Amino acid sequence: MAHAPALAVIDQTLETKRRPPLDVVYEWVTTVDHKRIGLMYIAYALIFLLIGGFEAVLMRIQLAVPNNHFVSPQVFNRLFTMHGTTMVFFMGMPILFGFANYLVPLMIGARDMAFPRLNAFSFWISAFGGLLLYFSYLGGDGLYGMGSAPDVGWFAYAPLTAKVFSPGHSTDYWTLSILLSGIGTTGTALNIMTTTICMRCKGMKLSRMPLFVWLMVVTSFLVFVAVSPLTAAQVMLTLDRYLGAHFFDTQAGGSAVLWMHFFWIFGHPEVYILVLPAFGFISEMIPVFSRKAIFGYPAMVAASVAIGFISLSVWAHHMFTVGMGPAGNTFFVFSTMVISVPTGIKIFNWLATLWGGKIIFKVPMMFSLAFLFQFLVAGLTGIMLSAAPFNWQLSASYFVIAHFHYVLVGAIVTALFGAFYYWYPKVTGRLMSETLGKWHFWLFIIGFHLTFDVMHVPGLLGMPRRIYTYEAGRGWETLNFIVGIGALFQTVGTLIFVYNMVRSYYHGEIAGNDPWDAWTLEWATPSPPPAYNFAVEPTVRSRRPLWDLKHPEDQDENYE
Amino acid sequence: MMETASTIPVSGQSESPWELPHRGIVGMACLILAESAIFLIFVVAYVYYIGKSLSGPTPAQVLELPILGTVCLLSSSITIHFAVSALRKTKMGVYKLLLATTVLLGAIFLMTTAREWYYLIHDVGLTIKTNLFGTTFYSLVGLHATHVVVGLIMLTITLALSLRGLVTKENAERLEVLSLYWHFVDGVWVVVFTVVYVLGR
Repeated sequence: MAHAPALAVIDQTLETKRRPPLDVVYEWVTTVDHKRIGLMYIAYALIFLLIGGFEAVLMRIQLAVPNNHFVSPQVFNRLFTMHGTTMVFFMGMPILFGFANYLVPLMIGARDMAFPRLNAFSFWISAFGGLLLYFSYLGGDGLYGMGSAPDVGWFAYAPLTAKVFSPGHSTDYWTLSILLSGIGTTGTALNIMTTTICMRCKGMKLSRMPLFVWLMVVTSFLVFVAVSPLTAAQVMLTLDRYLGAHFFDTQAGGSAVLWMHFFWIFGHPEVYILVLPAFGFISEMIPVFSRKAIFGYPAMVAASVAIGFISLSVWAHHMFTVGMGPAGNTFFVFSTMVISVPTGIKIFNWLATLWGGKIIFKVPMMFSLAFLFQFLVAGLTGIMLSAAPFNWQLSASYFVIAHFHYVLVGAIVTALFGAFYYWYPKVTGRLMSETLGKWHFWLFIIGFHLTFDVMHVPGLLGMPRRIYTYEAGRGWETLNFIVGIGALFQTVGTLIFVYNMVRSYYHGEIAGNDPWDAWTLEWATPSPPPAYNFAVEPTVRSRRPLWDLKHPEDQDENYE
Repeated sequence: MMETASTIPVSGQSESPWELPHRGIVGMACLILAESAIFLIFVVAYVYYIGKSLSGPTPAQVLELPILGTVCLLSSSITIHFAVSALRKTKMGVYKLLLATTVLLGAIFLMTTAREWYYLIHDVGLTIKTNLFGTTFYSLVGLHATHVVVGLIMLTITLALSLRGLVTKENAERLEVLSLYWHFVDGVWVVVFTVVYVLGR
């Protein structure tokens, strides 16, 4: 009992006086509070989620029937470029960094990030990057060609990006927006890493940090070593386009393949930058809703770090069809297959956490379980594609599209939805509606499987990606139509989710500090947490400080 | 009461002294890691395109070893190191002298680069457009020079503040963060020198 932590009961009631709207706007624009910056990240990412989703729906309408003329080929090129760029750079990364911004200081018992002003700078520069990308609809061709967005694809292979093949400014807007987003992302990653290393509360050893924080550390490391090459490559591309340099100019001896290498040195770790925070969400939610401590915490940390390192050595599996020769192919086949080992460890540990647990089927848990299944399938098609001979057949087909959307939507977006339901009460003080949440869950998951399970098949039948239409009679029509129906289901599900968030903000059940009976430090603060989070610096003695608090007779440190 | 109150776990006795690293140094280390990745890509591009230019001039024809600049830049790493320790010991005179020397040495380095570029652009006619050598040379050396300029601006501001007596022993930690950046710029120059002026010729 000598070790039982004391309670510090502190009244942190928030003042809720109504202020004029301009004051509120001014406060949000000038804020350096990590929670508000986190929320702004999430809000701006959600806007881009809706825009990017809208672009996806337009593409699915175009492909629903053969010989369709709903959009022109030029518009279709712009749609898939904007969809990919938006979803990766202006939805995926900002939303995950928004969650990290909000949660990391709370979880480690810190009062703010290490560099609050850098935090605000990073947010605003990323946000303006997104605006710049969409400004190209106006500025891409100047006043003459309204409606010209980037149309070079999200990986913008050379020499298509050369001034000769992409005249006008739309490609420049693409380059600049990604450059800005890269600077912002690096700033935020630097902040998260420094916060985690330097701002932990007493007793929060590295071996006691919540797994979400650990995964954000690995993600931040990957941002340093993977996003920077993209920044460098964008600088080179800008030099090519504006000063007449020859980095990717094949006419002057430059190499188009070098761009592919530079892009994918970023591009593959980027997948892990997006999926590792999702692993973090799942590692927080599954234990709470299984009423068990996470199984194999050290193995989980080791696997995360291993994934971080191995993911740096797999990039050229995107380039098997380039012709790298047997040695290069063998290396990248092998390293790609190796990465499934630490990933498998994680899946086993999540399953072992569920095993024998008292599972509570709340909406966050339902999304977590869907994540487990869908991520497993995504990993299995990943292993198929990692085999070079199989890849030669299916590279740039709809099979690849189905595979990576299984990761991005089936794993990352699914985990994100779960995270929204899980942490929404902490942010707003009110629970989201379970009924609407279940509608959202089932519609979205059914839609997801209709779209992306079926999408594998036209890929196997030879349907290439990025075609704006196709002839009837190839056996693709029915499949594409079903894929389109699935998109409709997902849209309705997502709209219910948005409605649920807005409605619950005003009418949701009052949550209290700790609605899920969870164990990490963010649940020790009031909902919403006040400025500077903790009135006194917390002290922790185990990985589950709130468990210790609630169970003085059964301290976690006896088992760790 | 419980709705608005928070229960935070606190404990009187702590297990062991709780010391965490200084955030400035960790932040700079992260920045250096990210910057290293950027330089690595430019170095890879340089090495990949060695000897692949379709037309002249070649590095062997036009590049001279920048001995003076290299000596100055590498020495400036030593002077800033001792400037930090002088500030720690509040030897303000020595500190200001060493910091001023650092700024001077950095400026000499930039002058040698400027003269080299003037020679290459004006006399030889090699620009970023000429060939792959020009493209990769100006971008790699220029990227490094940009970092030197940023470092010099920060050092000059620090010097100006020091001369006005606004820098004290308490700021030694911050100066150390700046010195880390300056050491990094030096380290990158060692790589650039090796790749561009030794291997590339």
